[in-house]
Formats: sequence, C-alpha cells, structure tokens
Amino acid sequence: MEKTVNVREIIKKNKSTMNLSRISEKVMPKVLLGIAVISILTTIGIIFTLLAETIEFFKAVPFIEFFTGTVLKPLGDNAQFGVLPLLTGTVISSVIAMLVAIPIGLMTAIFLSEYASEKLRRFLKPILEILAGIPTIVYGFFAFTFVTPLLQKIVPGLESTNILSPGIVMGIMIIPMVASLSEDAMSSVPNAMREGALGLGSTKLEVTWKVVIPAAMSGIVASFVLGISRAIGETMIVTIASGSSKNFTFDVTQSMQTMTAYIVEVTGGEAPAGSTLYYSLYAVAMTLFVFTLIMNLIAQYISRKYREEY
Amino acid sequence: MKYIDSAQVQKKMGVRLSTNQFAKSLFFLATIFGLIVLVVLIYRVFAQSLGWIDLDFIMNKLSTNPERAGIMGAIMGTLWLMVVVAPVTMILGIGTAIYLEEYAKKGRLSSFIQTNIANLAGVPSIVFGILGLTVFVRGADLGNIVLAGGLTMSLLVLPVVVVASQEAIRSVPGYLREASYGMGATKWQTIKKVVLPASIPGIMTGVILALSRAIGETAPLVVIGIPALLIPLPDNIFDKFTVLPMQIYYWTIDSALVAEYANLAAATIVILLFVLFVMNSIAIIIRNKFQRRF
Repeated sequence: MEKTVNVREIIKKNKSTMNLSRISEKVMPKVLLGIAVISILTTIGIIFTLLAETIEFFKAVPFIEFFTGTVLKPLGDNAQFGVLPLLTGTVISSVIAMLVAIPIGLMTAIFLSEYASEKLRRFLKPILEILAGIPTIVYGFFAFTFVTPLLQKIVPGLESTNILSPGIVMGIMIIPMVASLSEDAMSSVPNAMREGALGLGSTKLEVTWKVVIPAAMSGIVASFVLGISRAIGETMIVTIASGSSKNFTFDVTQSMQTMTAYIVEVTGGEAPAGSTLYYSLYAVAMTLFVFTLIMNLIAQYISRKYREEY
Repeated sequence: MKYIDSAQVQKKMGVRLSTNQFAKSLFFLATIFGLIVLVVLIYRVFAQSLGWIDLDFIMNKLSTNPERAGIMGAIMGTLWLMVVVAPVTMILGIGTAIYLEEYAKKGRLSSFIQTNIANLAGVPSIVFGILGLTVFVRGADLGNIVLAGGLTMSLLVLPVVVVASQEAIRSVPGYLREASYGMGATKWQTIKKVVLPASIPGIMTGVILALSRAIGETAPLVVIGIPALLIPLPDNIFDKFTVLPMQIYYWTIDSALVAEYANLAAATIVILLFVLFVMNSIAIIIRNKFQRRF
C-alpha cells in the first residue's frame, strides 16, 4: 500500500521536473541565440551611430572638401575641415611602425620557426607574449619620456612631440603580433618540404627563403595587413607622443595628429552636441572604422583564399 | 651529360654556408631585440618609480600635490569597473559560445555571427569608445559612470571570451556528451552538467585574459570622458570613477608642467603591470593545471 503511493509520488515528481526541463529545453536555445545576436547588434550599433552623425556632418561640409582639404582648423570662425592632415599623420605613423615591425617581426618568426631549438623557443615565445600584453598607455609613456629624448640626441631638430618616436614604439608594440602570426604560418609548412630541399643540398637559409616563406606567404601577408590595421587604430601612443598640431607635412620630426588622436582631442574638449566640430568627430571615426574594416577583411580574405592545403 | 659542375658547387659552398651563418645571427639579434626593449622599458619604469611607491601612495586619494597624491581612487574605480565587466562579459561571451558550438546549425546565421565576432575583434578600441559615448553616456543618459564605462569595456573584450570559450567547449570529447544522453539527460542538462563543468578551465582562462585587457585599456574611457580630477571614491556602479590607465595618461601629459608627475605615472605603471602580471599568472596556472584531462 505504502509502495504504490511512493511510486505515484515519484511519477508525479518526475512529471513536474520533466515539464520544467521541457520548458528549459525550449527556452534556453532562444535565450542563447538572443545573447549571441548581441555581437551583431554591437556592429549594427557602431555602424548606425557613426553613419547617422556622419550624414549630418556632410550636410555642413561637402564630401570633396573633407577628403581633399589640406587644412584642418576645427575651432574659430573660419573653421575648415580637411581630413588630409589627419590621414597623412595616420599613414606616416603606420608606415614607420611597419618599417620596424615587418623586418624584425618576420626575422623573429624565421628564427623561432626554423632555427631555434625547442627549448629556446619555449623560453622566447612567452617573452614575446609579455611584450604583446603591455597596455598601450605604458608604451605611450615609454615613447614620451624615454624614446623621444633619446632620439633627440640622434636626430637634429626633433620636436618634443613628433611622429617618429610614436611610430617606432608602435612598431615595437606590433612586432609580437607579426612574429607570432607569421610563425604559425611557417610552422604549418610540412617538414617533408623542408627535408626535400635539405636533401638536395640547400642550406637552412635557402630552405627558408625558397621553400618555407613562399609556402607560408598567405599567412605572412595576412599578419602584415593585420599589423597595419592595428597601427591605424592605435590611439594612446600617438595621442601622448605625437602632439596635436594639425600639420599637413611629410616631415617626421614634426608634430602631427592622427585620426585617433583627433577623436581623443575632440571628445576631451566637450564639443557642444550639434556643432560641426561635434559631427566631425563621427566623420573621422567613420573614416577610421572603414579603413580598419577593409584591412581586416583583406587579411581574412587572403588567409582563407590562399591557404595552402597540404 | 653533366648537369652539375662539382667544382662550381665546391667553390660556392663556403659562401653559402657563411651566408647561412650570418643570417642565423641576424635573425637571432632580431628576436633578442624584443627582449632588450622589454628589459629597458621595465628598468626605466622601475627606476623612475623608485621612492614614489609606498603604502601612502596606494592608500591616498588624488591630490594636486605630487608628494601627497595617491591612487586609491583609481584602484577602487578599477575594482568597480570589474564588478560590471566580469558578469556582463561572462554571460554574453559564454552564452554566445554555447549557442555557436552546441545549438547553431552550420548555416548562414552561425557563420554570420562568427565572422561578425572576428571583425569586432579588429575594430579599434577607440571606436568602441564612441559607441559607448553615443549609446550609453548620452543615449541612455547614464553619464560617465561605472555602468556606462563597464558596458563599453564589456563589448570591447567580448570577442576574447567568445573565442576562448568556443575552443574550450569544442575540446570536450563527444563520448562525454553521449554518455550523458545515454543516461536520459536532455540537451540543456548535458550542457549544464557535463559540457560546461568540463570546459570551465579554458573558459576561465579566457575570462581572466579579457579582464586584464579591460584593466589596461585606456582609449575608450578617454573618449567616454572619464575624469582624473578630484572626485570622491566610487561607492556603487552609478558613481563617477577613474581607473589606473587614466591616471597614467593624465600624469604623463601633465608631466610637461609638473616634472614629478612623470614619477607618479611611472609608479602607477608599476602597480598596473603588477596587477596584470598576477592576473596572467593565474590564467597560465589554470591552463597548465587543467590541461588535457581527457
């Protein structure tokens, strides 16, 4: 008698938990989908906020004037909004950074993947990771208080804020990224190819240069493109060490402003909402976003399209 | 017929070998370059902070007098920021990863979400700052409070958590799931009781790395307009706040006016690097301790 009651209770209990789990079975996928969609909403949010205010900006300033104007004077009565000074500042600092990061990063990758012993690689890779993990604000401090005074002793006429020093420090910051992505690409080249070339009597350098690098080319180029994208979007190093002069020049000893540093300056200055200065913030940010997005898409395309299948 | 002139090969051999040797040393020097910079950077910062870090520096509030200025406000601000960033990134990041790995059919939507996350990881952090400024600070009219800064930071570091969690979930072997189904468990029960516990070490490593990224990131907070002025210590997520990197930023740019500020910036950098070092060590310990139990 007692047992029957117990079984019934168990069935009843089971049914209620079954119902509960049936509900969570139905609900959880939808909840998780909702969470996953937030990343898409973030992208839409970025594009929408940038686009809406950028359209307002181009109502006040003609498209042509923005992209061909060589004068950027956002304050005062005769405000002029040419983005070229910011574009040259951004491009020059990125070029300097890549002149540092590409050769050193690639050589580091070659050494780690082709020459270093397993033991040495296990020691060196974590050090590179530390270099990659240092916050950019620390690099900015380093550029401003150490690299610039050091360079001033070597380069005559170097201003206390200039584009050269942050460019170099940005390059140092990007080295680990180029090195580790290139090394991944080179390590995935199968050993059979190396051994084939070594068996024909090639030296290690010849194997690296004529077999490994061509085979890993897509990954290496993708790492360069990602490095450039990183340099274009980098903010704190240039904000601190390159000053805020809106010079349209190619002289690296002078102070120049990048797109990112301009955004920092305008947001710090409490631009009144609705003014052209305020909208220019979004136009510059949109330009920056489009530039880096194109770079990232190119990098993804290269590494997907030209991935060698061994 | 003779294809190879052995005399020619012999003659070139020496040059080829020495070129190889030269290249090897060159590549080694390039590798060491990073190490040298790291040593110089850390040495400089430590040397400059010497005599400026003591208990007073950590416990004092901000002051215009460099001798009395401390970073308690920035430390509290960083802690409060974590109170927002940690739960938000964990819910969003792990949730997204579970959906993509366990529920999503390999179709348009899941590959779209996947591509989207990869692209978000490449968006400059300052653009996230503008998003936060427009949507949270001005749009939702929150002002530059902990909540607004935390939500902005969460979106920025989200891709780190998603990618790490996906990898952790993917590495849980199929037979564990099958055993769970065999016992009559449903899909969600299997995820909750089997997959998630097994992948927690990998997920936690990702979460800690994301948090340390959020602690060191400056650009979005500058854009949002986080002050480093004399503000009261934050008490909850609706207070104004400042963080360690912002303190470093303002002291660095003001060091042109007051030379001692450079030393304060260096001292704050030492504290920041120490915090990041501890967090990364914890991540590495978790990763090594729980690696490959299957």
